[in-house]
Amino acid sequence: MTGTASGSLRIRELTAGYGGPAVLHDVDLDVHPGTIAAVVGANGAGKTTLLRAVSGLAPRCTGSITWEGTELRGTRVEDLVRRGVAHVPEGRGVITELTVEENLRLGHLWRKDPADGRRAVAEVFEMFEPLARRRASAGHLLSGGERQMLAIGRALVGRPRLLLLDEPSLGLAPKVTAQIMALLRHLRDETGLTILLVEQNVRSALSVADRGIVLSLGRVVVDDDAGTLAADADLRHAYLGF
Amino acid sequence: MLDRLARHRLARHLLIAVVAGAGLVALTYALPPFRNYQLATMAAYLCATAGLTVLVGLSGQLSLGHGALMATGAYACALTSAELGDAGVTAPLLLLGPLVAAIVAAAVVGGVVGLAGARLHGPYLAGLTLTLTIVVPAITTTFADQLGGDQGLSVLVEPAPAGLGIAFPLERWQAWIACTAALLTMLLLANLTGSRFGRELRAVRDDEVAARLAGIDVGRTKVVVFVVSAAAAGLGGGILAVLTQSVSPGAFSLAFSLFLLMAVVIGGTGSLAGAVWGALLLVALPELTALLSDNLATSPRLAERLDGNLSLLVFGLVLIVVTIVLPTGLQGLFSSAAGRLRRPSRPSPVDLTHQPTTDTEPTDAQHTSTP
Amino acid sequence: MDRFIFLTVDGLSRGAVFAAFALALVLIWRGARLVNFSQGAMAAATTYIAYSVTTASGSYWLGLASAVAAGLVIGALTERLVMRRVDPSRPLNAVIAALGIVLVIQAVLGILYGSAYRAMDVPFSRRPLSIGGQAVLSPYDLFVFVTVAIVMIALGLMFTRTGVGLKMRAAAFNPDMARLLGVDVGRMLTLSWALAGAVGGLAALLVVPTELGAHPHATDLVFVYAFTAAVVGGLDSPVGAVGGGLCVGLVLSYVSGYSGSDLSAVVILAVLTVVLLVRPAGLLSRPAARQV
Ligand SMILES: Nc1ncnc2c1ncn2[C@@H]1O[C@H](COP(=O)(O)OP(=O)(O)O)[C@@H](O)[C@H]1O
Ligand SMILES: [Mg+2]
Repeated sequence: MTGTASGSLRIRELTAGYGGPAVLHDVDLDVHPGTIAAVVGANGAGKTTLLRAVSGLAPRCTGSITWEGTELRGTRVEDLVRRGVAHVPEGRGVITELTVEENLRLGHLWRKDPADGRRAVAEVFEMFEPLARRRASAGHLLSGGERQMLAIGRALVGRPRLLLLDEPSLGLAPKVTAQIMALLRHLRDETGLTILLVEQNVRSALSVADRGIVLSLGRVVVDDDAGTLAADADLRHAYLGF
Repeated sequence: MLDRLARHRLARHLLIAVVAGAGLVALTYALPPFRNYQLATMAAYLCATAGLTVLVGLSGQLSLGHGALMATGAYACALTSAELGDAGVTAPLLLLGPLVAAIVAAAVVGGVVGLAGARLHGPYLAGLTLTLTIVVPAITTTFADQLGGDQGLSVLVEPAPAGLGIAFPLERWQAWIACTAALLTMLLLANLTGSRFGRELRAVRDDEVAARLAGIDVGRTKVVVFVVSAAAAGLGGGILAVLTQSVSPGAFSLAFSLFLLMAVVIGGTGSLAGAVWGALLLVALPELTALLSDNLATSPRLAERLDGNLSLLVFGLVLIVVTIVLPTGLQGLFSSAAGRLRRPSRPSPVDLTHQPTTDTEPTDAQHTSTP
Repeated sequence: MDRFIFLTVDGLSRGAVFAAFALALVLIWRGARLVNFSQGAMAAATTYIAYSVTTASGSYWLGLASAVAAGLVIGALTERLVMRRVDPSRPLNAVIAALGIVLVIQAVLGILYGSAYRAMDVPFSRRPLSIGGQAVLSPYDLFVFVTVAIVMIALGLMFTRTGVGLKMRAAAFNPDMARLLGVDVGRMLTLSWALAGAVGGLAALLVVPTELGAHPHATDLVFVYAFTAAVVGGLDSPVGAVGGGLCVGLVLSYVSGYSGSDLSAVVILAVLTVVLLVRPAGLLSRPAARQV
């Protein structure tokens, strides 16, 4: 499989940072169409920075990020959704002053297709029962799990082909985390969505991922089949701590 | 010996002040009367711009009310001089009393504003002080019986002491008074900014929470610096009243307060040397634009409209351009050039924040400039 | 009692104008987290434009339309040419740049029009109509109320019912996330400034003709009153701005009606000082909602 196929993300020699010393060094990474790649690593390893670099939010960035055969770098952040890329940032990015429904509407406004937008919102409400009940609540009234559902749902109403997810399990009960992971698996299998998932919760992440990438101090130290990674006791001890 | 002197801050500042004072006296003998009057005006402005630059640059509080504080000083000066004159008091008390009153009155008003300001951030304090400035004319009309309304008040000023000789020009005497006030103000402020209090101010400006954790009384610090800054502006206003021998609300318009701010911004906020540049510009620019408008105007009507407005326009454009292009001001440009030549400075004892500071704190070298 | 009713209606009418002007300040505060100190000067400029257009064409309404249009343009230009270029990490610089704009606008107005007041006409009578023998409300007051109400309802609908309103709110609340959702935050900011320019221009045009007329400084006090209104109501809250505007209008009306007219500016200074000392987050906003 080459990097030019639709739905594939290819990162080469990515070095990124915030003006000081670089946070990411020479990162190479591939996410194949319709698969989930899980990037795991300790706090401060540079996982968030990796996603921010992909969506153009990292201020300093060199190297190449090819999405569906064309370079992603240089795309304005606000045009990212138009390239089929949705980014659910660390902390979820629910706009707490807006209602659930408004947050969702914001997710498809750029497509200028209100009819399909409404359909997409209805699908999200079907997928996430609790959100449907709270559609008129302000975002700040939601629980952590509901916020994560809203954030993912808001990304989905834009009908993306690539989903960048930053630590969706953070602060969630294990049961809710499991639900989210099941949802990701479902999205991959049923809609062919490509997912780049960043997680500290290694066990959950590797349970759904096809590929596992271990980031340590800004460098890729392991890039292997997720199953192999989860099974390799030495690796687990060295980098993952379980 | 000189080396030890250079290390002792107060002694060094005193030495500089004495040298500058001597230079200024010599200058007043060289200048014609009109230029001496301008020098005096500049010194009066300098009191206010120096106070303002310390406030804005070191404590991060933006005041658009320093014109109003100058007005407070000027009116206090006028009222006191009238009282003292009625009581038959003569020089030097007739000069000193009103100036002290000017300082006290402005400090009191500054204290009230500072109390509010200590709890407020940028735009709120700016709005409050702006209101203070805009309300000045209304106050003078409301209390027209005491403050003389639009006409204002006249100020009783005695000529130069007879001991200086009959032919001693009034303007030179005025320049002496004003420059003395400015030198004292600069001396005081230079010591203040270099002191422990100055470091506390910068700590508060950079990070209030960290400053509070370091045991600094943030509110008190902010109020004190506002009072000091207001007192300096009050002295400036008092001197201005003595120079013009009158006060009226028209002299302290909103534009005037903005001019003071511009002078500070151009000089580089926080830089006392920059305040000198600013004060110089406040006197020089209107003269230059007046020259320009005389040449530009094709009709007397146009000349009348260009007069004043042209300097307003230039000041406004300068304010915008400097904020965008030169956020550290002219003095920042100079000192960054000078900084590259000098050896690295010693670390400051209170280093609460690790964020890079791009502002222009007055370095030791910058205190040396005087009018 | 008659006098009280008269003063109340008069205060509400002026307060409605301050409310609209305060709303312009709130628009920019929410979008850019800065108080637009050039709002008054921008409105002075649009007032002169209305004056010139009305004088040339003889139509008040053409003047009004051009003031609103000019407000849109001046607001957008201010944001694009100046505010966007100011270093956002130094909040004082935005205030200083806005003050530079004040000086520039007032200088240009002074050069173009001189410093004499230009009297302006109003489209309706300002003589109060009587209801049951009681002088209550002038047709012009009614016009002011209706105009301000239309502006507020239109803005309210725009923000809550339209896509662009939703995008503007998102851009104001969480610019990074809004960009990730495809919102052009810069354009929303320009739009906020343009709207603020138009609303401020309209508000000024409602009040300036009832006073001495167009003048480079005619809107200085209007700005101060509106700023006070916005502070009383909480700079974040459009509803608060409206409430604050009406309060300020009433206070001014009662003070000038029952004492000397010149006291009003002093009273406003006192109100502002006290509110800022006691409740810096605004009298009408929830106390915990915001740290000033
Ligand atoms: N906005 C920022 N400015 C400067 N440095 C940052 C910023 N965000 C993160 N960093 C630094 O980059 C490194 C990696 O951070 P991050 O990508 O957030 O790691 P992770 O998501 O893996 O926990 C950390 O050392 C952090 O201090
Ligand atoms: Mg992270």
